[in-house]
Amino acid sequence: MQFAILAVLTIAGAVAALSLRNLVHCALALTLSFIGLAGLYLQLGAQFVGFAQILVYVGAVAILIVFAILLTRGAESISQPLFPPTWVRSSIVAAIVFGVLTWAILSSVEFRHALSPEPEATVKQIGDALMSRFALPLEVIALLLTAALIGAVTIAIRERREAK
Amino acid sequence: MTTLANYLLVSALLFSIGLAGALTRRNAILVLVGIELMLNAANLNFIAFWRYGPNPEALTGVMFAIFSIGVAAAEAAVGLALIITVYRHYKTTDLDQIDSMRG
Repeated sequence: MQFAILAVLTIAGAVAALSLRNLVHCALALTLSFIGLAGLYLQLGAQFVGFAQILVYVGAVAILIVFAILLTRGAESISQPLFPPTWVRSSIVAAIVFGVLTWAILSSVEFRHALSPEPEATVKQIGDALMSRFALPLEVIALLLTAALIGAVTIAIRERREAK
Repeated sequence: MTTLANYLLVSALLFSIGLAGALTRRNAILVLVGIELMLNAANLNFIAFWRYGPNPEALTGVMFAIFSIGVAAAEAAVGLALIITVYRHYKTTDLDQIDSMRG
């Protein structure tokens, strides 16, 4: 039951995020979808990932998207058609992808077994793993985030300097 | 009883919605939103396979999802910076009008 509610929330949010006309409404629907996904993670027993999802996606990415929409004045340009000429082909491609995935999932017997006993994934264990076995990926992701920070600032600031 | 197939179906549906949105919508920000939804569908698969897999105590799926969220955050920041730069240059975020490199 909980799963059904969270799944419907996630899917409805995703559909609304990509079909509404007003871009600010799209960003809010996207936030709803991210919250639903965080609920699904919590239901699967991954507390840390669920809260990281809320912190990173609901807290940072959604706000970033709202900022981008407002900075590009996307909220004002709602005159463009919702269904451009290519939408039939795009929808067929997406439907084929969904059909193939659904066929693969439903035709496998392996995916139908019930839940195994609740695995332990406490924050302490995740911290231990991050500091021992996954220390190198952690350093790589730190480097990547630093590079992305510098890169985003450099990309966004360049045009203004040329204009002077 | 919720089985692994339920989570995989939700994830597949989410991925297809993101794909349809990224291919259909002509606003650059909404294309990025579609890509974010596809990334989230992949994350849901990681967590679901970790939970229902044979060795959940190894924490591999959780770790992969955490690093995936980090990479997605970096991707969103750089992508939106690019969109804002393109907007400053072309005064639009409509992908059909940004066609100066069209052959």
